[in-house]
Amino acid sequence: MTARKTREHLAGWLFVAPVVVILGLFMLAPILMAFWVSLTDWNGQGSPFRSGVPFAGVANYTRLFTEEGLARQDFMTSVRNNVYYVAIVVPAQTVLALGLALIVNSRLLKGRTFFRAAFFFPSVTSSVAISVVFLFVFANSGAVNALLGLFGVDGPQWFADSRGVLHLLLGAVGLVDPAVPPEALTSGGPFGLSWWEWLSGPSVAMTTIIMLVVWTTSGTFMLMFLAALQDIPVSLEEAAMLDGAGRRQVFRNVTLPLLKPTLFLVLTLGLISTWQVFDQIYVMSQGNPAKTTLTPAFLSYQTAFRSFEYGSGTAISFVLFAIIVVLTLVQRWVMRERRHA
Amino acid sequence: MRKDNARSLASTFAGYCILIFFALVFLYPFVIQIATSFKTEPDAAAHPLSPFPDPMSMGGYEKVFVNTDLPLWLGNSLLVTVVVTAGRVLLDSMAGYALSRLRFAGRRAIFSSIIAIMAVPGVVLFIPKFLVLNQLGMYDSYTALILPVIADAAGVFIMKQFFDSLPVSVEEAARVDGAGVFRTYWSVVLPMARPALLTLTIISFQGTWNEFPHSLVAVQSPELFTLPRGLADLVSGSLGKGTQYPLKLGAALLATIPVAVVFVVFQRYFVRGANEGSEKG
Repeated sequence: MTARKTREHLAGWLFVAPVVVILGLFMLAPILMAFWVSLTDWNGQGSPFRSGVPFAGVANYTRLFTEEGLARQDFMTSVRNNVYYVAIVVPAQTVLALGLALIVNSRLLKGRTFFRAAFFFPSVTSSVAISVVFLFVFANSGAVNALLGLFGVDGPQWFADSRGVLHLLLGAVGLVDPAVPPEALTSGGPFGLSWWEWLSGPSVAMTTIIMLVVWTTSGTFMLMFLAALQDIPVSLEEAAMLDGAGRRQVFRNVTLPLLKPTLFLVLTLGLISTWQVFDQIYVMSQGNPAKTTLTPAFLSYQTAFRSFEYGSGTAISFVLFAIIVVLTLVQRWVMRERRHA
Repeated sequence: MRKDNARSLASTFAGYCILIFFALVFLYPFVIQIATSFKTEPDAAAHPLSPFPDPMSMGGYEKVFVNTDLPLWLGNSLLVTVVVTAGRVLLDSMAGYALSRLRFAGRRAIFSSIIAIMAVPGVVLFIPKFLVLNQLGMYDSYTALILPVIADAAGVFIMKQFFDSLPVSVEEAARVDGAGVFRTYWSVVLPMARPALLTLTIISFQGTWNEFPHSLVAVQSPELFTLPRGLADLVSGSLGKGTQYPLKLGAALLATIPVAVVFVVFQRYFVRGANEGSEKG
């Protein structure tokens, strides 16, 4: 008996050893190494652990928040861009995914499998290849502008347009003139950006990336909603109908509460992935025009691998890590409070 | 009663209209992509919406194969994808089996670490992975493209969940017959795990084939570029913006075809993979 136990013990370790070594070496060790690098001014030459590497302490972090300068301005710009990106992408992809799932789930519908496949297909294709397609679709003489032209609308130069959508809207309703913003908003603001700059909204260029991402991710989330919808017993909704509830009431009082765990999952996954947007930015805009598509993820890459400031680059990625962790915890907390109420 | 019928007919009709609208929105970009890859450059610029090339031209594809390194990128992508997928299926299933069925000290700690690793955002690991590859002297090699991704936490998780759902009785019979742990795993457990292995194979294939940021931080020599890396370079670098769309869209199409074929054939395994995520919550 003990011999067999020892053998099982040994076999267990043998079976997990490759995975443990690889994940340890390429997931765990890197994080520790990176934390050290974020405290230095290593320039990529030689080993970051040599004695000659200048130690910076927390300077790489404080530069992002307290010191006036380009580092803080770029970082805060990237945070602003990403906040608008998250604020639009997460609700849009969730609502679209839920809507599609509800329609595709209908038992009356023929060709459900085809439609499911059609909506899911973009999520399995390469983000780089899809970005190339959208570069063409939104080009100055591309499909979108051609379509707008059919309705007599002059489409913008999508990828060159750095104007903020919120600025444009405020201008359109006549509240402010985007060319001459009110001085009260331009004169000051937190973290080195003026209030006017914080209130820009996503730029027109960022809007194209937002559309692309909503388009590619909705399919996956639709499948998650669909799986949850199919777990809801039909008898439950029918019973509510018999009791005289209308469709809308059934959805709000029966279906939606049962979908809550999936909704929570979709929102969490959405929050996590939207803060990491990278591939599309790299292919479509590289942070341009006028830094309005710069995001912390792309900025950290650019700082490390283009400017060779590895310390600053890693510091940015740790701050990004913290943002994601904090948001996930906040969301979990908010949902828990509601559940008790 | 008649009123109800009329109403449900109307809502079915509305449902179809919405579906067809969205199906167009989701599929038309691919139609445009295929059409444009067969167009001439002036035609692509003049009729971006048209699904019909006029005249039909193979010029884009000729240029892809003559003026770019696409054949090389294809070869690299194929090599990396095959090795990584095979590695993941073997290593993830071994680890998943051990974590599900074998009793050994540290098993729980390893499983919680794997869950924790799944939660680490990938973007945060760009620079760290480069640091380790550099430190180990692997940077800019096939090893750098393959080794760091040859095992993945999510795959281990999927396999463990699957083995947890299997009854132990079959393995016990094998044990009683005197089969060792490895023998039991290889000839009894793996054949039973075929559906899970297929799901894992397909999502690894798709993930590795499309992988971009890892190749960005693991290699720099153009001879080691994978297809997404080459494609990104083609668009943002050497060719610049706004021109050569038939060529670019043709190259992008060639990168999409393998995944599209696998998707059409193995659709339900993709669906299973996508919903594996919902069990985490």
